[in-house]
Amino acid sequence: MAIQYFVPHHVSATIYQYALNWTIIIGIFTLAVGIGSLINLHYDRIAKRKQTWRYSAVTLAALAFMTVVGLFSPNAMADPRGLFMRTYFYVLSPVQATMFALLAFFIASAAYRAFRAKTVLATLLLLSAVIVMLGRVWVGDTLTGWLPSGLQLSDIAKYILDFPNTAAKRAIYIGVGLGIAGTSLKIILGIERTWLGGGK
Amino acid sequence: MEVVSLGSILWMTVAAFLTLCIFSFLYKDNPFYIFAEHLIVGISAGYWIAILYHTSLTDLWIEPLANSALAFGSPEGSMAGKIGMLLVNVAPGLIGILMFSRFFKKTSWISRWPIAFYLGVSAGVALPLFMQSFVIRQVAANMMNPADILSTMTADLTIFYNYGQSTLLFWQGLGQIIIVLGSICGLAYFYFSAQHRGILGGAAKIGIWILMIGFGATFGYTVMARISLLIGRFNFLIDWISAIGGYLGV
Amino acid sequence: MNAGFWQKLAALDRRWIYLVIGIVTFVPILAYIRVPVNITYEVEAVYRKIDSLPAGTVVMVPMEFGPSTMAEMQPMATAVLRHCFSRDLKVISTAMQIEGVILNEQVLRETAAEYGRNYGTDYVFLGYKPYPDLVILNMGENFRKPFPRDYYGNELDSLPMMAGVNHYSNVACIINLNATSGVDYWINYANGRYGAELALGVTAVIATDYYAFLQSKQIFGLIGGLKGAAEYERLIGRPKDIANRSMTSVSVAHVFIILFIVIGNMAVFAGRRGGRG
Repeated sequence: MAIQYFVPHHVSATIYQYALNWTIIIGIFTLAVGIGSLINLHYDRIAKRKQTWRYSAVTLAALAFMTVVGLFSPNAMADPRGLFMRTYFYVLSPVQATMFALLAFFIASAAYRAFRAKTVLATLLLLSAVIVMLGRVWVGDTLTGWLPSGLQLSDIAKYILDFPNTAAKRAIYIGVGLGIAGTSLKIILGIERTWLGGGK
Repeated sequence: MEVVSLGSILWMTVAAFLTLCIFSFLYKDNPFYIFAEHLIVGISAGYWIAILYHTSLTDLWIEPLANSALAFGSPEGSMAGKIGMLLVNVAPGLIGILMFSRFFKKTSWISRWPIAFYLGVSAGVALPLFMQSFVIRQVAANMMNPADILSTMTADLTIFYNYGQSTLLFWQGLGQIIIVLGSICGLAYFYFSAQHRGILGGAAKIGIWILMIGFGATFGYTVMARISLLIGRFNFLIDWISAIGGYLGV
Repeated sequence: MNAGFWQKLAALDRRWIYLVIGIVTFVPILAYIRVPVNITYEVEAVYRKIDSLPAGTVVMVPMEFGPSTMAEMQPMATAVLRHCFSRDLKVISTAMQIEGVILNEQVLRETAAEYGRNYGTDYVFLGYKPYPDLVILNMGENFRKPFPRDYYGNELDSLPMMAGVNHYSNVACIINLNATSGVDYWINYANGRYGAELALGVTAVIATDYYAFLQSKQIFGLIGGLKGAAEYERLIGRPKDIANRSMTSVSVAHVFIILFIVIGNMAVFAGRRGGRG
């Protein structure tokens, strides 16, 4: 697959397309294995009457319900009034959204309890964060609107994003790119075998 | 205000109840939160099955497989071609089914084959393209002509004696120097094959300063992101209360 | 204030902090106060690109966000799609984040309906396929390879809009609205391999990562988070939409987060100093 990138022949292109399609199909089965593992885990908890077995029953019942509704309801994917889409919008969606909304509280708590300006570098990080937080909303310009253009908080925030932030992320991306290339080569050449799950 | 139907209000109430169940975790872990958590795991898994079946499995595998099997009943095309197409469509499914061998200890080694196929394709595809986009294009963008940078910086020197009238090009030029030197110094910081002493040590020190400024900017944006998600939930709760109020005519 | 006060403050139960942040975020939502939103060049670049396209041009607006990020991404998606439909552009969309397939379909369908746009002639929703890296690569050869049918089961060749639209070179640009790490695949594959003109709309968490690609011109625009969505709403002349209405709340919350950082640091350092004295 690495070599085909440099080979414009139609046979190479055909193999490339079949390989991509095959990988997607194999990947679907991989995802099915994940769901099978989930069912195994919760069934085991129910069978052995572990402490949270009632909640596991809720999980399996919900899984069965959504699978049946999704697979056997007519036009499940496109009917906004159907049970499948209603369950998505009024059960799955709000719970997922709220779980991530909790992070707002945790970040506030972390800001109070964990973000300490103990070293010069930590202070630099916090200062940069404060400038960007204030500079990207109207508060920054309200506080520093009396300063000449270029020195207001929004200008400094823009400067931080356009220049030092770009430099930092570029360094990281070059490192990541080289790392991915190295790891891909190691996988292809059989040097990296952790994915075998045993080292042999 | 548009009056929402009773059915929709009941569904919104279910959503609001589950939202509050999750929020209750902020006080402490409790059965309502655990119930909502387990419910969503099951609903998500069932959702994944339905979506994968309807959007992917049918048109990428089941349909082509059925068509290639039905082709044997048609007089068109050669037998070799039909057998070939059938094999091409059967093969990915067979390889995928091998994944299920993971559930049995004695045969779990077989599942390494489909994993190997997937990893091989992904690694092969990623290698040249990540090198190009993440490394070559980024390094190329870093190669700025020093003469251009200098001319940008010196284009408008009124910044030193009449700041209010300046076009601030000096800062743009300085910023370009920050990008070039900052990314080199950032890379120097991540180079652990030699001790950070002398020039490398100095560059690494500048690099970590640049990295901290970058991470600070990321933190600032992350705060905005998290607050935005919370605002989204509050907006929903307000809509729910408004819908009930609208229905009751309050 | 003696050291004991600061030490008590440093050990404050985190639930009080949760309560404060909840209140300061909730209260500003109740009353809409219009606040200034300055437009940044990276968001304006996306606006100008779409605005420059003649009516009937095909653009691609792939959406990859789910319920976990819809508070930021849905206003952004709605604003971009409204702009496209108001300019009579033809939109191809995909949804390659599995949790967001139905949500993305709803956003596209409802926004198209606002402008009286018809499915198949004005917009097409290809739907979902797993492993976005491979799908993005395959779409570069032909959309029909990973998507023989659209989300609703129609063959792509039966849709009038898809006549002659086979791969990325047949679309004017791609505005990828993405809340996942799959953004990198669009940059590496769609732009890197196939040279597609690409702009990104991402969550604020990852927005800062893509300024490097903006500077290297691998992307021509970047819309970051709810602030980016608010800027785009202003640009399309809708300053009362949800992202703008939320900016007051965001601003107040930011101020309080900064106050928490300051007070938290003061509490620890003053408490220690008092303890040593």
